[in-house]
Amino acid sequence: MRAAVRFAAWVYAIAVYGFIFLPVVVLVLFSLQATSFPIPPFTGPSLRWYQAVLSDARLTSALVNSLLVAVLSSLASVTLGFLSAWGFARFVLPGSAILRGLITLPLTVSYLIIGMGLLVLFNWAGVPKSLLAAGIGHVVINLPLCFAIIYSQMGDHQINIERAARDLGAAEWKVLLMITVPVMAPAIFAGFFLSMTFSWDEFVISFLLTRFETTLPVEIWNLLRSGLNPKTNAVGSLVFAVSIVLVVFFELTLLRRKPA
Amino acid sequence: MASAGNNSSALPWALVTPALAWTLLFFVLPFIAMGFSSLTAHEGRGFTLANYSQFFTDPSYWRAMVNSLEVTAIVTVISILLAYPFAWILAEQVPERWQRLALMLAVLPFWTSYVVRSYSWLLVLAQNGVINRALTGIGLVGEPLQLANTRFATVTGFVHFFVMLLTLTIFANLKQLSPSYRKAAADLGAGPVRTFVHVVLPLTLPGIMVGTFLTFVLCIGDYITPQILGGNNELLMPQLVMMQIGRRGDFPLASALSIILMAVVTIAYLACARWLKIERA
Repeated sequence: MRAAVRFAAWVYAIAVYGFIFLPVVVLVLFSLQATSFPIPPFTGPSLRWYQAVLSDARLTSALVNSLLVAVLSSLASVTLGFLSAWGFARFVLPGSAILRGLITLPLTVSYLIIGMGLLVLFNWAGVPKSLLAAGIGHVVINLPLCFAIIYSQMGDHQINIERAARDLGAAEWKVLLMITVPVMAPAIFAGFFLSMTFSWDEFVISFLLTRFETTLPVEIWNLLRSGLNPKTNAVGSLVFAVSIVLVVFFELTLLRRKPA
Repeated sequence: MASAGNNSSALPWALVTPALAWTLLFFVLPFIAMGFSSLTAHEGRGFTLANYSQFFTDPSYWRAMVNSLEVTAIVTVISILLAYPFAWILAEQVPERWQRLALMLAVLPFWTSYVVRSYSWLLVLAQNGVINRALTGIGLVGEPLQLANTRFATVTGFVHFFVMLLTLTIFANLKQLSPSYRKAAADLGAGPVRTFVHVVLPLTLPGIMVGTFLTFVLCIGDYITPQILGGNNELLMPQLVMMQIGRRGDFPLASALSIILMAVVTIAYLACARWLKIERA
């Protein structure tokens, strides 16, 4: 009986792993296709589609745009999130619970609706579609995330260190920069990296708010119009690789520190 | 927690104001703008409820909402049924030291680009894609099946994403359960099946509800998966919204449809919240 359960469990787990990895394996395998269609039979391996991606100026500039938007919007999100988390955690403010609720509210609204709202507003205010507009949208979705992560990590025990610094005559900005930021570094990094991955992968807001200069997910979307194409496989595999590097880095740097 | 109590009462406000201002300016204000827009006509002046009445009277618009709710319900149920046993195996059957790795592998494709993930399923499900080649190859079917551009494809793409998400949340839930509950149940004479049904399952139910709500919200608001995998054979709500902007530039109607979609999510949230409270009592 026990052995039968174990056996069934293994079969089931392997089947689910198979389901989870099937599309990724097919994607990467046919990115190495030598002929023009990413469908069986496999004719590779060949790197011609990776060359095609790297020599495509639209894709490479979209990649740079994506990185730029991701880094800058994440910096803005984590800065605003950290300052507000510090303010709410250390001081008694009237209506604090409602205001904190307001900051985290965008987490419950889908990206499509946030993008639509900004599109309507910007259209009405005459703000042109641009990477900046998309970046503003990315801060809207990532600020609540950064705030929630950092606020939840602001324990009372850290207050004492700050008090000690103040008692020793440190000015408020000095306490912030030399005590609070270093103590909160893991939460700040976590917020930053999560924001990076979400912004890097975000599609619908960028799709609605950019026009000529755009981000990588939107450019990949445009590529899809040409149907199944090994070039899309190649760029998809590259994006996958970047995400994996980010996640592994995240695992190794942040989760290792956790026991400390 | 007050700590400083020093002379600068302006400081706390200086800290929280930028984030609040950002939220008001780029989240609340757009929402108000969308509300106003939804009450105007695409062409013409004055306020009107025409955009809303169009949704409630035009059956093809209704159909999109019904499709969305159906797909979301199907996806949620299948994802939970697939993910729960999987998370259980990871938490109970996989040796402790391999669990982190097993879990990380199980959610690895979660971190690939969302657009690319849907495209990958298109490769798998296409007319001459991997699955059809395999099926015709072993002679199971004579003609390739129409898998892409169907509801089946949309559901498959969604389930793939949400199985990973739910595995994460349910796994975390199972690991939080103290083993003493199970020991107590065993001591009182319950077999593994009874222990699971009467002890483990009820204790993980709140976690399942959180996962269900997350699945519902993310699924019903997603444009990418139905557009890439389902095509335009049957429209879901987000596709209908995007269509108003893309083809016709009809912002008022798109705004009205967005607000209706959000209202549905809010109702689901309230329903879930109530259910959760009852569950805990």
